[in-house]
Amino acid sequence: MSIPTTNDQSVKMDKANKRKYLLEKVSSKVFLICALLSVLTLLLIIGFVFYKGAHPFVAGGYSFTDFLLGTDWVPSEDKFGILPMIVASIYATIGALIIGVPIGLFTAIFLAEIASKRAAKIISPAIQLLAGIPSVLYGVFGLAIIVPFLQNTLGLVKGQSLIAVILVLAIMMLPTIVTVAETAIRAVPKTYREGSLALGVSQIGTIFRVVVPAAKSGILTAIVLGLGRAIGETMAVILVAGNSLILPTSLTDSIRPLTTNIALEMGYAAGTHQEMLFATGIVLFSFILILNFVLAKISAKGGN
Amino acid sequence: MRHFKDNLLYGLLWLSAFLSVAVLVMIVGFIFYKGFGLISFDFIFGDYSPTGGGGIWPMIITTIYTIGISLIIATPIGILAAVYLQEYAKQGRLVKVIRFATESLTGIPSIIYGLFGAVFFVTTLRLGMSIIAASLTLTIIVLPVIIRTTEEALKTVPAAYREGSLALGNTKLQTLYKVILPSAMPGILSGIILSIGRIVGESAAIFLTAGTVAAMPESIFSSARTLTVHSYLVTQEAGDIELAAAIGIVLIVLILAINLSATFISKKLNKATNK
Repeated sequence: MSIPTTNDQSVKMDKANKRKYLLEKVSSKVFLICALLSVLTLLLIIGFVFYKGAHPFVAGGYSFTDFLLGTDWVPSEDKFGILPMIVASIYATIGALIIGVPIGLFTAIFLAEIASKRAAKIISPAIQLLAGIPSVLYGVFGLAIIVPFLQNTLGLVKGQSLIAVILVLAIMMLPTIVTVAETAIRAVPKTYREGSLALGVSQIGTIFRVVVPAAKSGILTAIVLGLGRAIGETMAVILVAGNSLILPTSLTDSIRPLTTNIALEMGYAAGTHQEMLFATGIVLFSFILILNFVLAKISAKGGN
Repeated sequence: MRHFKDNLLYGLLWLSAFLSVAVLVMIVGFIFYKGFGLISFDFIFGDYSPTGGGGIWPMIITTIYTIGISLIIATPIGILAAVYLQEYAKQGRLVKVIRFATESLTGIPSIIYGLFGAVFFVTTLRLGMSIIAASLTLTIIVLPVIIRTTEEALKTVPAAYREGSLALGNTKLQTLYKVILPSAMPGILSGIILSIGRIVGESAAIFLTAGTVAAMPESIFSSARTLTVHSYLVTQEAGDIELAAAIGIVLIVLILAINLSATFISKKLNKATNK
């Protein structure tokens, strides 16, 4: 065994250090690439969906306003109008909000302010768990319980209707709204409550005039998240919507929202028909982007 | 008068909470009540039979495939992306863009992911309707979840750990895999478990990318059904609520197990950091 001279040693050290530095450099680049992948996928998603969806309007001579405002969707006759679906999506989402938001919000207030600690400790995690239940199961429940119930009590020929969709979506958004709003309400500092109570305001007055306004941005986030879940929901909605292609005029009309149009026809659509489904996706996407924008605005405000 | 208003609001609060709990109990109760009769060893481990009476083993295997493949891809990418954002990046415009992209991905509905998967993985990359196409689509869906939870976990690692390791002469990379990642591991794990829940519950995106073939998949390039898609199809096509509910029981038990282990792990994390 030869003893390495000092010179040998320093060369070796140099080499080891060089390798170390190189490894550091390479790894930080690898991390950057991984982080950039999410930007890349977002661009790919937007790019592909918009490219496919815009194609018939750019190259095929179809009019985009006819697409948005047309009321007939007959792919075999080359008619692609999605107004009934846009209206159905908007009605269903607003309806679900009208029912789901007050109930969800009041439940959150109840859990954070009124319920005993023990009760809240059992109920809150249970509701959180329900947010994780596959949405299909909400649809199965809707079809098996809500649809026949509506059919019998309202005397409908077909229970699958706008009101059935609204009820299923309202139930689905409950766990999201309750969980997020409860967190926001609990985050309000105790001193706010104490101050208000010390001034002689009743518990209810304190809750609605002090606590809820202080948790406003969190509550709005809860609503927007619930809204996002409702507008994007597909499989549960197919089961209870009825999927008729009419402009809905009453709560008992069978409807076809944007999402279900895509899921129902993607399986067999080809050519322009398929591209029109991507165009339907663009409209849905635009709704979601607007929502995200609103959410970003709200959370920016909350940060201040 | 004010008394009356107060009482009314109290009443409404109680009523809402009661309604929420009742409706949610009803759903779970309904699924178990309707489906319990079908649950048996043969149902879970038996092969599917199109004439009825068969099991759901192929769908369970398909679900496991999708979980496995998407996690194998999404976990390393997601963790390294979070490491970049938390440990390496200078907070600036680039980080803002990456954060915005990650957040936007979270908000996209699964049917849009399905459309993208159908045109990109199924058609452009010629993978066809297959488990692999669905898994790649799911990878994109869970990536933001993993990035965000890993970031949160990295934030809980005390700065003193980093400083101590660096002061001992460790390089940044050595500090990362010897000190930072091990102590952030419970948080990272619970994020991964949460994404399993997301994958198990997903339906629309899988429906458009994996197809609906009800048979044991020969390979990851075959079309197949996951549990959720199967539950949907038996309801939509055959109106078989009992079968759908029985699949629902399997799904709920799975989700429950996933959530419990995530809570367990994050509790361990809290204990570890409070020491």
